[in-house]
Amino acid sequence: MAGKKKETPGTFEDALHRLEEIVQKLEQGDVPLEQAMHLYEEGIGLSRICAGKLKTAELALKRLSKDAEGNFSLTDEKE
Amino acid sequence: MQNARQPLTVSDLTRKIKQILESGFPSIAVQGEISNFKRHSSGHLYFTLKDEGAQLPCVMWRSRAATLPFVPEDGMKVIAGGRISVYEVRGSYQLDAQSIRQLGAGELQAAFEKLKEKLGAEGLFDPGRKRPLPRFPHSIGIVTSPTGAVLQDIRNVIGRRFPGVELILNPVRVQGSGAAPEIAAALDDFSRFGRVDIVLLARGGGSLEDLWPFNEEVVARAIARSRVPVVSAVGHETDFTIADFVADLRAPTPSAAAEIVVPDRRELLENVADSWYRIEQAVLGLVSDKRERIHNLLNSYAFNRPVDLLRQHSQHVDEVLRALHRVAGHAFALTAAGRDSLEQRLRALDPRLALKRGYAIVRKQGAIVSSASGLHPRDRVDVEFRDGTVRSTID
Repeated sequence: MAGKKKETPGTFEDALHRLEEIVQKLEQGDVPLEQAMHLYEEGIGLSRICAGKLKTAELALKRLSKDAEGNFSLTDEKE
Repeated sequence: MQNARQPLTVSDLTRKIKQILESGFPSIAVQGEISNFKRHSSGHLYFTLKDEGAQLPCVMWRSRAATLPFVPEDGMKVIAGGRISVYEVRGSYQLDAQSIRQLGAGELQAAFEKLKEKLGAEGLFDPGRKRPLPRFPHSIGIVTSPTGAVLQDIRNVIGRRFPGVELILNPVRVQGSGAAPEIAAALDDFSRFGRVDIVLLARGGGSLEDLWPFNEEVVARAIARSRVPVVSAVGHETDFTIADFVADLRAPTPSAAAEIVVPDRRELLENVADSWYRIEQAVLGLVSDKRERIHNLLNSYAFNRPVDLLRQHSQHVDEVLRALHRVAGHAFALTAAGRDSLEQRLRALDPRLALKRGYAIVRKQGAIVSSASGLHPRDRVDVEFRDGTVRSTID
């Protein structure tokens, strides 16, 4: 388990899923202490990552425009 | 015909055309959609009747306009009665409208049912075609009017629930002539743009005529071929459009659509904080279990065992203590690290907070019971609440 620990979980969804998995494993209670500590570290790390993604500040509203050749561009939409 | 060497004056020709047209179409009824509607200060009405292939300039004089039971507007489907007249000064012909009748609800309803049946027969509404929505979209396309409350509502709801997404507006007209092809083109744009995870197709409430573009086949086809799941939210809860049937999901209102497409950040944060808390509890429980076992071992066997076994136990104790220090170290690091409120929330892992939220902790012989399978009838347990602990027995 410790060997294939992901450095950066791809998406928020993956991180959340892995976090739930860790909680389950630890709560089953039959985890050796050493592994429990690894899971603990990973779980706390994932909690931080998830919380970090959740607190992303401002909602971005953009406008899609298309030029004559059909290429798209985005501009910030004003209030 | 006329001899080319005997040219007509423009007036002569126009007069002949006028005679032919005006005697040819003295009383007609024309069906089309109103566009470029203008009420002149004189009280006369000027507008164009159009369909996919042609346009007809129309005028309704003030005396007639005054008798209209409704105010015509762009996009209305009407039947106009009157005669063709030629306006010589401009060399143009127009419909001199005597009456305008809105296409009845019955006629629109019939067109609706006919298209619904046709597309249904093609399988466009099949539940098997509906695609699931991503639970955590990164980017959400919005096809709606750039002005008006709908865009603001969507923006407010998503901003409150899950601001970590990007909203991309492709502005369109949502009623009147030309709205339907614009909507279809905007949907196709998002398919080709390729960077959005969901498209919201939204419009506020309105009359059957107002919502009509969402009942047109071009829009239905564009939804059906969209590469991105489409959520429709047109009008009020009671309004059903063809677009709703084809969409991957129909939301009752634009605000409801915004609620559906993103998760609630607060709930997620609570889940994360809860996971954090449960992880800590589980590990602490594990460690205290071990410590207790070692303690018991030492007490019962210490004097009956060889010295090396005693050393082994002692080493185990050291390991557990190191583990405990790591846990404590983490707890300290967490306290030191946080500055902002969200992390503070996450660090608020004091079990008492969970207790305040209505959770209770069940202990059997001092150890936390986290699973129903850990309990058996007649087990004595302590249940800790926010305001105290009660001792109870399992049935």
